[in-house]
Amino acid sequence: MSIRKSLIGAVILGGLMTTSALAENTFKYAFQGSLKSLDPYSLNETFTLGTLGNVYEGLTRRGPDLKILPALAESWSIEEPTRWRFNLRKGVKFHNGNDFTADDVIFSAERIKSEGSDLKSRFPDGTKFEKVDDHTVDVILTAPNPILHFEWSTWYIIDKEWAEANDSVKVTSASDQNASTISLQANGTGPFKIASHDAGVSTVFEANTDWWDNANKKHNLDKVEFSTIASDATRVAALLSGEMDMVYPIPVQDINRVDANPTTTALTGPELRTIFLGMDQRRDELLYSNIKGKNPFKDIKVRKAFYHAIDIEAIKSKVMRNLSTPSAIMLSPFMFENAEQFSRLEYNPEGAKALLAEAGYPDGFEVGMDCPNDRYVNDEAICQAIVSMLAKVGVKVNLNAQPKAQYFAKVLASGGFDTSFYLLGWTPGSFDSWNVLTNLHGCRDDEGNGGLFNLGGYCNEKVDELSAKILSENDPAKRLDMITEAYKITTGEVGYIPLHQQGLAWGVSTSIDLAQRADNELMMYYVNKK
Amino acid sequence: MPRCSGGACHFSMLAFVIQRLFQSALVMLIVALIAFVMFTFIGDPVDQMVGLETTLEEREQLREQLGLKDPVPIQFINYIGRAIQGDFGISYQFKRPVATMIGERLPATLELSMVSALFALIAGIPMGVYTALKRDSFISKIFLTVSLVGISLPTFLIGILLIFVFAVQLQWLPSFGRGQTVDLGWWTTGLLTSSGIKALIMPAITLGLFQMTLIMRLVRSEMLEVLRTDYIKFARARGLRDRAIHFGHALKNTLVPVITITGLQLGAIIAFAIITETVFSWPGMGLLFLQAVQDVDIPIMSAYLLMIAFLFVVINLIVDLLYVFVDPRIRITGGET
Repeated sequence: MSIRKSLIGAVILGGLMTTSALAENTFKYAFQGSLKSLDPYSLNETFTLGTLGNVYEGLTRRGPDLKILPALAESWSIEEPTRWRFNLRKGVKFHNGNDFTADDVIFSAERIKSEGSDLKSRFPDGTKFEKVDDHTVDVILTAPNPILHFEWSTWYIIDKEWAEANDSVKVTSASDQNASTISLQANGTGPFKIASHDAGVSTVFEANTDWWDNANKKHNLDKVEFSTIASDATRVAALLSGEMDMVYPIPVQDINRVDANPTTTALTGPELRTIFLGMDQRRDELLYSNIKGKNPFKDIKVRKAFYHAIDIEAIKSKVMRNLSTPSAIMLSPFMFENAEQFSRLEYNPEGAKALLAEAGYPDGFEVGMDCPNDRYVNDEAICQAIVSMLAKVGVKVNLNAQPKAQYFAKVLASGGFDTSFYLLGWTPGSFDSWNVLTNLHGCRDDEGNGGLFNLGGYCNEKVDELSAKILSENDPAKRLDMITEAYKITTGEVGYIPLHQQGLAWGVSTSIDLAQRADNELMMYYVNKK
Repeated sequence: MPRCSGGACHFSMLAFVIQRLFQSALVMLIVALIAFVMFTFIGDPVDQMVGLETTLEEREQLREQLGLKDPVPIQFINYIGRAIQGDFGISYQFKRPVATMIGERLPATLELSMVSALFALIAGIPMGVYTALKRDSFISKIFLTVSLVGISLPTFLIGILLIFVFAVQLQWLPSFGRGQTVDLGWWTTGLLTSSGIKALIMPAITLGLFQMTLIMRLVRSEMLEVLRTDYIKFARARGLRDRAIHFGHALKNTLVPVITITGLQLGAIIAFAIITETVFSWPGMGLLFLQAVQDVDIPIMSAYLLMIAFLFVVINLIVDLLYVFVDPRIRITGGET
């Protein structure tokens, strides 16, 4: 049997080798989600933008270590605090042969702010783009903004002429009655062209032989085939069987299996997303609790007690199989230089009990917890672990774990922040603290004006003042000090209980060499097939 | 056709068909209504359509544009009004017309379903006959055990087991997808390429295993029944050969219920292809539907549910009509049943 099996294996392998020797270099990969509309302004979401980043390009791009690098803009400078100048690269052509000029940048700037765009946050309202000449653009701001270009690596420049000729000036939105060309085809300047796109199933890319940066290209691919494989087991099987060169994500429980297989390895690394617990600190009485007439989470002792009750190392080793990095702050240390000044409150169930008793809950209390079960790595299992950890200090948690669609509908602003205690994950799209401070820590009203994702309603005027200053401070050192000060306040008050940065896990064939970026975007131009 | 003659017969048939059509329309309307009521519980589509940083005002605006702020009955009436004209709306996620998308996915699902049904028949009938004729043989016992597995194991587990053995270990068959397809303009088929046929084997077995088991057990019990009847005994007494008795007389008489069940199960195969399609990433309507549920893509969900309801209604209508032709007793009272 084993002889027969290995014979068959040899025949198949031989077949594969002869075909790959003759054929071009094809890289096949699969992801759990699907590439839907190709319009790069329709959806502000990592996978869609990351994939389109191989076809379209922004004025900037990010390297394997996420550093901002020039792309369609060769260089830029801050001429005055509110005037930035971008020098555009010359000789760049779109896939259809049109030249890339300042007009395309201005057109893209207008389009990204137009109705239906989901990427309006790429620059502040009121920002003006002025054409100086064909390859120079000035950006005039209403207030200084040191992080203006932080999200521009995923603001892709669209060819004005092509968009106008193909009825694609308007951003494709779901309320349109007809799908526009730009949601089905792509015309970028990037290293790959889209050869065919079967939305939700597969997309085929071809290398762009006229790419402006071909002289420095790191990839050796001719063709890339992307498929959506939603089922975890099937995705891993497709990698193990050799049908796929790379699949992601792989479930943490399958990492050993992928590593044990001689032709595949699991590439793991910390991701940018921070998973944390939030508590309702706004209502005078919790929606889901047996304590009536007051809100225990308004008492810092209770919040500290919850923090002390959590054994983060146990979550790391048992639930996350070591594929997580415990965190003391609400963003990845990648994005904050002073991260090492912060440390977690230690695991101390006895201390937690004492704090609860001090706060007037010697026998603990009951609280409802909301948790997604298909959004983050092992999200429901983390919540279950937390339920049992809190049970040890006397707090009875009633867990309500639901699919993300129902979960978000309940806990977000549209559901009226209907939660008392919840687990959420956050990645600042700009890779910058200002995003975290406003979205998660900014005071909000009952409708969500202010910190839209501050579901628990944490509020400290001082933090709001600081984040307003942080937004417009051009001096990096001063800015960093203010950010650090803000985090000192928020962590001191236990506004949230940060848990960890979850890990990335990519399954890769040993014949592939690639760069894993912490933002979980796959850049095909770093892929090499041996 | 002896009891009713000419015009009267046609008239009662017509009345029967019209009545059934009316009932069918009612069934579809009710399915659509239930679907719409359900949609209010499955989450907020707008949250799934925009990125995290989209402001509240923009979300509200989108909700307004999509008509999601109207009361459910108004949404329902608007939807039905458009659906009658063949307009099923634009997918929230894909930003493409739903009718086109379902049209593109339909061939994959139908091909898979037809091949599964064929597999169930071709494997199920001989196995049923064999187990009936050689009740105590070793192979019969194996067949019966396998069929027990087919009934009791959930579809996704069978699929994953097959993938593990034939894709990962033996590397004979692909673990996902449809292989290479040929576009015939109005239909895409995987039956014309070797990779397409290879890709079809495991999903078809996974999807058809339950039906195969059902048919096998049905044929077996019907055969056992028929073999005990007097006319088989007479046939034996007349000295007919076993072969002629078993296949010429016994099997022929067991096939009537088998055909009925197969017809009815066809709808179930298409509808329950959802799980098989998900396991094998088979790009059919079921996969589209399941993704739509996760993304709260209401236009796709409603169109799919309506289509499946339509399918069942049509199959039932055909079965009803066939009964009328096959069994004269129903025909007499056709108008009143």
